Amino acid sequence: MTARPPRPGRPAPRAPIDLLYSGTEEELRAAVRSLLTDRCDPAGVLARAETGRPHDPELWHTLAAEIGAAGLLVPEKLGGAGAGHREAAVVLEELGRAVAPVPYLTGSVLATEILLACACDGPEAAELLRELAAGRIVCVPALPLTLAPGAPLPAPLHDAGGGVLSGTVSSVADAVAADVLLVLADTGLHAVPADRAALDPVVPLDLTRPLATVTLDAATGTRLADPATARAAVAGALLSGAGLLASEQLGLAEWCLTETVAYLRGRHQFNRPVGSFQALKHRLARLWLDVASARAAARAAADALATAAPEAPLTVAVAQAYCSGVAVRAAEECVQLHGGIGMTWEHPAHLYLKRAKADSLALGTEGHHRGLVADFAELPAP
Amino acid sequence: MTATAEELLARTRDLLAAHPPAATAPADFLRARFDAGLAWVHYPEGLGGLGAPRTLQAVVDGELEAAGAPDNDPRRIGIGLGMAAPTILAYGTEEQKHRFLRPLWLGEEVWCQLFSEPGAGSDLAALGTRAVLDEEAGEWVVDGQKVWTSSAHTARWAILIARTDPTLPKHRGITYFLCDMHAPGVEVRPLRQITGEAEFNEVFLTGVRIPDAHRLGAVGEGWAVARTTLMNERVSIGGMRLPREGGMIAPVAAAWRERPGLRTHALHQRLLGLWVEAEVARLTAERLRQQLAAGQPGPEGSGMKLTFARLNQEISGLEVELLGEEGLLYEDWTMRRPDLVDFTGRDAGYRYLRAKGNSIEGGTSEILLNIVAERVLGLPAEPRDDKDTPWKDLAR
Repeated sequence: MTARPPRPGRPAPRAPIDLLYSGTEEELRAAVRSLLTDRCDPAGVLARAETGRPHDPELWHTLAAEIGAAGLLVPEKLGGAGAGHREAAVVLEELGRAVAPVPYLTGSVLATEILLACACDGPEAAELLRELAAGRIVCVPALPLTLAPGAPLPAPLHDAGGGVLSGTVSSVADAVAADVLLVLADTGLHAVPADRAALDPVVPLDLTRPLATVTLDAATGTRLADPATARAAVAGALLSGAGLLASEQLGLAEWCLTETVAYLRGRHQFNRPVGSFQALKHRLARLWLDVASARAAARAAADALATAAPEAPLTVAVAQAYCSGVAVRAAEECVQLHGGIGMTWEHPAHLYLKRAKADSLALGTEGHHRGLVADFAELPAP
Repeated sequence: MTATAEELLARTRDLLAAHPPAATAPADFLRARFDAGLAWVHYPEGLGGLGAPRTLQAVVDGELEAAGAPDNDPRRIGIGLGMAAPTILAYGTEEQKHRFLRPLWLGEEVWCQLFSEPGAGSDLAALGTRAVLDEEAGEWVVDGQKVWTSSAHTARWAILIARTDPTLPKHRGITYFLCDMHAPGVEVRPLRQITGEAEFNEVFLTGVRIPDAHRLGAVGEGWAVARTTLMNERVSIGGMRLPREGGMIAPVAAAWRERPGLRTHALHQRLLGLWVEAEVARLTAERLRQQLAAGQPGPEGSGMKLTFARLNQEISGLEVELLGEEGLLYEDWTMRRPDLVDFTGRDAGYRYLRAKGNSIEGGTSEILLNIVAERVLGLPAEPRDDKDTPWKDLAR
C-alpha cells in the first residue's frame, strides 16, 4: 500500500541534526567502557556502596585526568579537551551502563557549565575550570539534585557581607566527594572549599550517587560572578545537565535490556529457554523499541546542546520527558524478568532500578519536562 | 561504471536542457528520464538506472524538483515501486526486467500484490492457492482466493505466490508468479472495511492461466522471493519522512490551539505525552535514515512500523475524545473505492478507524514483535511443529 507523504506546503525539516556517533566518539566510548569493565564491575560498585562511600577516587582520576573525560566541555584555552556535549553524552552513556559512582554529571557537566558561563567575569572561575578540567579537583554545585531547568531557583544563601555565607541546601549530589562547592548566594556565585561546609550525608535511594545536606555557617569563599550572571549560568547548566542526563538514562536502560535478554536466553523452565515464550519476547521487543527511541532522543539533545541550536530547550525537554520513563521501565522489567534473583541484594539489578528511579527525579521529572514542552510547542494548559 | 554526485547532477541538467519540463508532455519527460538512467539511479544501466549508490537518488530528485519536473506519482504506484520492482530486479530474467520495469516505473502499468489469503494471514507460508503446470501449453493454471489486495481494481499486473507442490513442507512448495490482472478467470471484488470505504479487494482466481515465462525465480523457491518483497514492504511503511508535528499529531495539535473550549487537564497530559512520543518517533526514523545514508543499516527499521501503528491509534483515539460532541459524528459512510490509501485524511473518526489497520497491514504488530525478538535480540523461536510437515497434512 502507499502511504501518504507529508502534507504539501509544510516545509520538510532541515536536517542539520546529527544523530549518529562519530568515529572519535566511538573511540572515546571504547576507552571509557574498557576502564569501567576493568575497574567498575557491579559487584565492586555494590561492595563500595555498602561502605557508605561509593566514590572510587582512583577510578575517577583515571577517567577524569588520564582519559580526559573531565575536560570534554572545556575549551582548550581553558585547559580542556575542546570537545563538547556529544562526547560528554557518550561518556555518560557508559557511566549509566555501569551505574558508575563518579561525580561526572555533577562536576564535569553541571559545575563545569556554571563555571564556563562565569569565566568571562574574572580569572577565578577560569582558574577553577582549569583544575577541574585536568581532574585535579572535584567541584560540584551546592544545588538540590531535583532542581530543574525552567523551574524557579531556590532561595539564595545569605551573604552577611564580604562573602561570609550562611544557609542550608538539601539533596546535594556528590558533595561528599567534592573539594569545592559552587554556592548560589544573594551576592552571586561563590566557590567555597568543601571543608568549610558541614556535609551531612543522608541515606539515598540511589546507592551510587550519594546525597548530603550542605550547611554553611559563616563560611567564606571566592566570589566568581554577580547574581544575574550566576543565575543565568545555573539556568544554562541545568539545561545542559538535563539534556545529558538523557544519555546516562539511555546507557542504563541499555544495560538492563542486554542483561535481561542474556538471562532469558540462558534460563530454562518448562524444558525451554524462558526467552522463547512469546509473552516475554514481546515485552523485550517493546523495551528494545523504547531504548532505540531513547537513543534518538538523547542524541538529538546532545547534538542540539553541542551546536547551541535555538531549539535546544525543546529538544532537551523532549529527551527528558521520554528517557526518564524508559530508564525506569527498563530497570523495572529487568527486576521482574529476572524473577526471584532480580529481587536479591546480590544481583546488581537493584542498583540500576534505584539509579533509574532517582534519575527520574533528578533535573526535573517527566511531568515537569512535559510542562516545558507545552510551553515551547505552544500547547497551553486549559 | 559508478556515477558520482557531480556526474549525476550533470546528467540531470542535460536531461532538463534536452526536455524542458515546461515544454514537454509529462509522460514524454518521464520516458526520457527513465532512458537517461535517472529514474532510480541504483538500478542497472538500461533499466532506468546507472548502477550508482542509492543514496545519490536524492541529488537527482532535488534537481528535478527544483526545475519543476513532473514525477511518476509514486503514491499511485507504490506497490509496483516498493515491492514488485525490487523483487523483479533481484529474481527476474533479463527478458522480464526489460518487459516490466519501464512501464512499472512510468506508471503505465499499475501493480498489486496477491499474497494474503483468508486462511493465510500472519502464517502466509500456509497459503493454499494452487498453481498446476499444464506442461503441454507451458502454462500454469491457478485457482484460489486472495484478500487485502489494494489497487487490484486499477492494477494491470500482480505479484502472486501460489502452491505448486502440496506434498512438501509449506515453505518449500511455493512458486512466485507475475499475473496478468486482465487474464480470464481473475475476478476482483471490493472488500468494504470499517471506515465504510473499500480500499482493498478480494481477488478470486479461477482457472487463470499464467505462461511459465511469467514465473519469477525457480519452481519451489517462491518463499525466498516473497521475503524480498516483504522486507521492502516494511521499509516503505516505516520509512515516511515527517516534519516535526507532522502526521497524525498535526490535526490534534491544531484543534488544541484553535479551540480552547475543548481543553481539559486530563486531555492535556495525554496530548503532551503523545506529542513527545511522536517527536521521538520522528527522531528515531530520522536516525534510521542517517544510518542508512552512512551505510550502517540498523535494526531500528523493524521497529518503526510498530511505533507508528501504536502512536497513530492512540493519537487518533485522543482526537475523537478531544472533539467532544463533534467526535460523535462521521463524515460519510458511503462505500467508495479510493485510488490512494490515506492514513491522515478525512475526519477524526476516519483517522481513528483507519489507524486500526496500521497494526495489521504489512505484518501484524504481534508478528513484528516476534521478528524483533528473534532477529534483533536473538531470542529463541517458539517450538513449532509445522516447519517439516507436508503442507497437505497441516491443520486448517
